[in-house]
Amino acid sequence: MSAPQPARTAALQEAPAQAPANGSTIAPLLELKAIRKTFGAQPDWVERLGQRLGWLQPAAMVQALDGVDLSIARGEVVGLVGESGCGKSTLGRIAVGLHAPSSGRRLWRGTDLDALPEAERRRAGLGIQMIFQDPYASLNPRLRVRDLLAEAPRVHGLIDRTQQAEFVAALLRQVGLDPAVADRFPHQFSGGQRARIGIARALAVKPEFLVCDEAVAALDVSIQAQVLNLFMRLREELGLTYLFISHDLGVVRHLSDRVAIMYLGRIVESAPSAEIFSRPAHPYTQGLLAEAPTLKVEKKRFLAIQGELPSPLAPPRGCHFHPRCPHAFERCRLEAPYLQEIAPGHVSACHLNGA
Amino acid sequence: MSETSPPPAASPADSEVERPLRRLARMYAESRVALFGLALLLVIVLAALLAPWLAPQNPYDLMQLDMLDGRLPPGSASGDGRLTYLLGTDEQGRDMLSAILYGLRISVGVGVVATLMALAIGMALGLAAGYFGGRFDAVLMRIADIQLSFPSILVAMILLALFGQGIDKIVIALVAAQWAYYARTTRSAALVEGRKEYIEAARLLGLSTPRILFRHLLPNCLPPLIVVAALQVAAAIALEATLSFLGLGLPVTEPSLGLLIANGFQYLYSGRYWISVFPGVALLLLILAINLVADQLRDVLNPRLQSQ
Repeated sequence: MSAPQPARTAALQEAPAQAPANGSTIAPLLELKAIRKTFGAQPDWVERLGQRLGWLQPAAMVQALDGVDLSIARGEVVGLVGESGCGKSTLGRIAVGLHAPSSGRRLWRGTDLDALPEAERRRAGLGIQMIFQDPYASLNPRLRVRDLLAEAPRVHGLIDRTQQAEFVAALLRQVGLDPAVADRFPHQFSGGQRARIGIARALAVKPEFLVCDEAVAALDVSIQAQVLNLFMRLREELGLTYLFISHDLGVVRHLSDRVAIMYLGRIVESAPSAEIFSRPAHPYTQGLLAEAPTLKVEKKRFLAIQGELPSPLAPPRGCHFHPRCPHAFERCRLEAPYLQEIAPGHVSACHLNGA
Repeated sequence: MSETSPPPAASPADSEVERPLRRLARMYAESRVALFGLALLLVIVLAALLAPWLAPQNPYDLMQLDMLDGRLPPGSASGDGRLTYLLGTDEQGRDMLSAILYGLRISVGVGVVATLMALAIGMALGLAAGYFGGRFDAVLMRIADIQLSFPSILVAMILLALFGQGIDKIVIALVAAQWAYYARTTRSAALVEGRKEYIEAARLLGLSTPRILFRHLLPNCLPPLIVVAALQVAAAIALEATLSFLGLGLPVTEPSLGLLIANGFQYLYSGRYWISVFPGVALLLLILAINLVADQLRDVLNPRLQSQ
């Protein structure tokens, strides 16, 4: 029941191989291994002096990610769900390379990206693009759509000047916009249209992997559906792989092959989409699913998960969820549970799993 | 996959949306005072640029001056009857109108050149500090803090005392006294803009750091810089005038407005007000016009009013 280390490793190696629907067993496209990330500045000499003299408290370190493993197979859509502040956006930014992990490795088709020389990493990094949350802040307000879309391919020599107009028009059509809008500035578009432009910009460098960080959270519900359908259409047309980060279980359920649930810097459960919604194993997942609003006509009391997300400045010992868990017992307070496989492709980190 | 609704195509109506520049021009024109300021500024700058053709005489050419015409009140005719001194003459018989036009040329030129140089230096340093942060940022900003805690006239006077006089020296002194304003303004704008997602997107698209800095970050930091630069032109001109008034600025052979005021100062109490007052009025109008324009620019470029 204990002896967690080997069980954890075995489960993680199996999970990605079984996850794709078609059962292919190729190496994962992107693999994150034991990623840790802490935020907080290293103290400079003035602060160190202050601390030594007792005038200053040591700066608090935020533990955003605490040993996260995640691997994503080619063609797979992985949903990453968690409360705000649980570290899911940080994980997404590490996956695309915007943040460097404090420790841990990032493998892209089996090679360690951060060990590559700068130029090669930049080229390889083009394969991983991000769709951002804010459709307003994610487009440079001073550039016309034409320049927004064509700049990077021009810089990287994917197209030349003569092909530019055609290239931009094709991209705009691909995301469902009229090619005639190429001369406009971002402020002349609605939120949904801007989201489409942001997607077109990412597609311009021919990525294989898209990280969508709350990509539809800022949009109206009707527009959300359109953009989600666009994601699915692009997946079929271009064979894209997605890491879809969201706090919205409904959105994730609609899209994902596999869902990973995060709580306070750790992945607590990961399973194929249908499985996690029908047989959630971790108490936190159960709580999340129970509270998701539904359209069913029934009298229902919302039993919110007790308490609040603890501060990542001082995460609780043992299982991070134990202060809010209805099933917590002594061991949960002392020992952090590891991910264990409880069904094919279904891993969960809870001491109750073996019980 | 069913994509339910057709793509939200652009309606023809909003293809007529105003270009940003035209919208700024329209917003600027909403204030009559600002339009007056702009017109006044244009007149002054044109007069300064065209001084050799507009001025009745070349005030630096001693051959054209007649000592016998010294200290004539405004409106007097010259001794040889060839011209009328509209604003009077100074003690050397120099036509004040001509001297003011040539002085404006120097004041505006020095102010603009010093501002552009300080802007370029401060902008580059501030942009790098805001984008990269870290030790460079900390050191640079502490230097700026220290420098800004001294009055800029003191900084300029120290430098002039070290370097000596001359038009190039005074430009250096003005740049040294003012770069910190631009560095701070650019840094704060770069801090705000640099955290936005479009900068992250540019990094992910593999664009080079100089390209991100100058094509993506800098253009979005410009509005506050334009306002500061406009106000600082006025400050640079005033500072140069002050230094020249104190005799630290430009040499007597190239009198700027400040030196003209200083030259007439001793005659103020004897009733010959024009030698000092008219250059002073010219300086006042110049600075007033620049400030009127800068104030309106600040309103027009205010991101909170501008956003939608």
